[in-house]
Amino acid sequence: MNNEELKNSITQILPSATFDESGEFMSVFISSEELLPFMKELRNRDELFFDYLFCETCVDWKDHLMMVYFLNSKTHKHNIVVKAKITDTINPKIESVYDIWKTAELNEDEIFDLFGVTFLNHPNLRRLFMPEDWPGFPLRKNYVDDNMIEL
Amino acid sequence: MKLLGEDIVTETGEFIINMGPQHPSTHGVLHLKIWLDGETIKKIEPHLGYIHRSIEKMSEKMSYRQFIYLTSRMDYLSAHMNNQACALVVEKALQVEVPERAKAIRILLAELSRIGSHLLWFASVGLDLGGVTPFFYAFREREAINSLMEENCGARLTQNFHVPGGILEDVNPDFQKRVKEVIKQLKDNFHEYDEILTGNVIFQNRLKGVGYLSKEDAISLGCSGPTARASGVVCDIRKSNPYDGYEKLEFDEVVLTGGDSWARYQVRMAEMLQSIKIIEQMIDNMPEGDIVAKTKNVIKLPKGEFYQRVETARGELGVYIVSEGAATPYRCKYRSPNFANLSAIPIAAKGGKIGDLIAIMATVDLIIPDIDR
Amino acid sequence: MGLKDKLEFPGQVHETPDGSFIVSQLDNLINWARANSMWPLAFGTSCCAIEMMHTVNAKYDWSRFGFEVMRATPRQSDLIIVSGTITMKMAPVLKRLYDQMPEPRYVIAMGACTISGGPFFYNTYSVVKGIDHILPVDVFVPGCPPRPEALLHSMMALQEKIKNEPYFRKAKEEAK
Repeated sequence: MNNEELKNSITQILPSATFDESGEFMSVFISSEELLPFMKELRNRDELFFDYLFCETCVDWKDHLMMVYFLNSKTHKHNIVVKAKITDTINPKIESVYDIWKTAELNEDEIFDLFGVTFLNHPNLRRLFMPEDWPGFPLRKNYVDDNMIEL
Repeated sequence: MKLLGEDIVTETGEFIINMGPQHPSTHGVLHLKIWLDGETIKKIEPHLGYIHRSIEKMSEKMSYRQFIYLTSRMDYLSAHMNNQACALVVEKALQVEVPERAKAIRILLAELSRIGSHLLWFASVGLDLGGVTPFFYAFREREAINSLMEENCGARLTQNFHVPGGILEDVNPDFQKRVKEVIKQLKDNFHEYDEILTGNVIFQNRLKGVGYLSKEDAISLGCSGPTARASGVVCDIRKSNPYDGYEKLEFDEVVLTGGDSWARYQVRMAEMLQSIKIIEQMIDNMPEGDIVAKTKNVIKLPKGEFYQRVETARGELGVYIVSEGAATPYRCKYRSPNFANLSAIPIAAKGGKIGDLIAIMATVDLIIPDIDR
Repeated sequence: MGLKDKLEFPGQVHETPDGSFIVSQLDNLINWARANSMWPLAFGTSCCAIEMMHTVNAKYDWSRFGFEVMRATPRQSDLIIVSGTITMKMAPVLKRLYDQMPEPRYVIAMGACTISGGPFFYNTYSVVKGIDHILPVDVFVPGCPPRPEALLHSMMALQEKIKNEPYFRKAKEEAK
């Protein structure tokens, strides 16, 4: 499917979604509450069938956090980027997509570790890289570390 | 029963052992917590971070010329391809056209690195399963590739040969001759590899039917590279999203449907031959001309988001850059192939014997610094 | 001192009709034996470990210098070549490995990361900036990664150091 057809199908699923086509892949912006049902539709609808989550990450925009999901369909060969905005930066929460793509388990552990985003219904949420008692979330923009030598 | 304050036997009678972080067959500092019922693996939980070097955080403070070279230390066996991905993402953002000669040299060196990486994998798969001789065989050829890299790039392992817009320096005048020598040596000796491991019945029995990964699981787990291709997933970035002129080359994407360790072994062996095929196509028609396109001294990427995928020796490496228009990235994320392939191990090893875990880890071929970044 | 002198037997062999006898100092004799039969621990965290594997192999072949047997457990080894970056999470593990090695034990810091943090010195939150914060290091080898020749040179420097150690005298002093 090309971007125009993708847009139509996605608008049918979620009329409130907004789009950005400036990048290499088309981005879909949704709110964090709508994430799980929307992602399930993307995975399960035959004409979309996004079965390959090839990158999941988070970007700290200081006043909000943005979850970024890169999706690909192995059968239809189309790509899409789903971006979910989390407005609460002090106690960020979002649904886990582990039930849909199993690769999310470790990716979400990593995001929890480095950004402090709590994933609801995640099978085993833990700090993946840093020690359990490490203060702060290193990839946040407001992270301070006295031992870090800045250049 | 407790050891150092932690339960080592669960309520259901499963025994918990820790493999790593210091274990010779994990090829680094991977730590696997394994739940065992007798010898049967019930559950595996990977614990990471023993080599987490905060490369993503460091990249946020580095210029677009500097951040390329940190990635050599991620997957050090595919250092050249990692650098290529970073150079490509900057070129894509700046819309710079790379000279043809630079592209050709990039591909030649990338394919040589791929062979070198698979050779090291061949050495270690033999070593892990109890054969020391393949180690010496494979390193004989790897040494030749490393010497070639050193002559042209100045470093044996972490080449750091890319700059945004092309490559750092032109290759030596005798580059073509030397590459042909290395390829000839490799082709002449390749039958020895087949004789010592591929045809060995004991070796085959250690791999066949061990560590089965289905196609659905491989896709759902985000696997890529030879690990996924052995399960029947078509995922070669060189074919699906070609870069640097791979679209002009003739080579086959090796896809098998076995899904077990033996299939993963065969995919890698066949990939080495495909890489040789690519090098042989290119080496005699190397275009002349510039090696680097002109870029500004201080590179500033336009505001936006850029993503570039590259096929490294272990799978799909993605570089995701969020730029705010400054001289440094706002956010830099590496989608590393090993991180996704790691999650295949708990699935593939579940229900098998603990001795087979070594064979599975050897054929999935993880590089731990690439997982932790 | 050339290579030949290094390998030479530290003492005089006197031939007599009833057999031969050796005149030497025990310190020298034991140090000579120790220096030429080091057992390194198979320990590698990142890129430098690959260059270490190259040093094991036929082209460089560290067995020539007596580093033949690479052990996978610290309890059987007397040399740890720290090859690769050490992070805050790995540091306690490395210390424990070192503590498990029997005395006398030696440490070679291989590569820029182990010397100072190397490329991972600035703006990093998780890297130990030099393993001399954790372990007493005998030989430092610079490079990113060092060439196998550099590693071999460091091993020969370590042998030199061992040969000049007052092994028995030290033990006597410690007993006091």
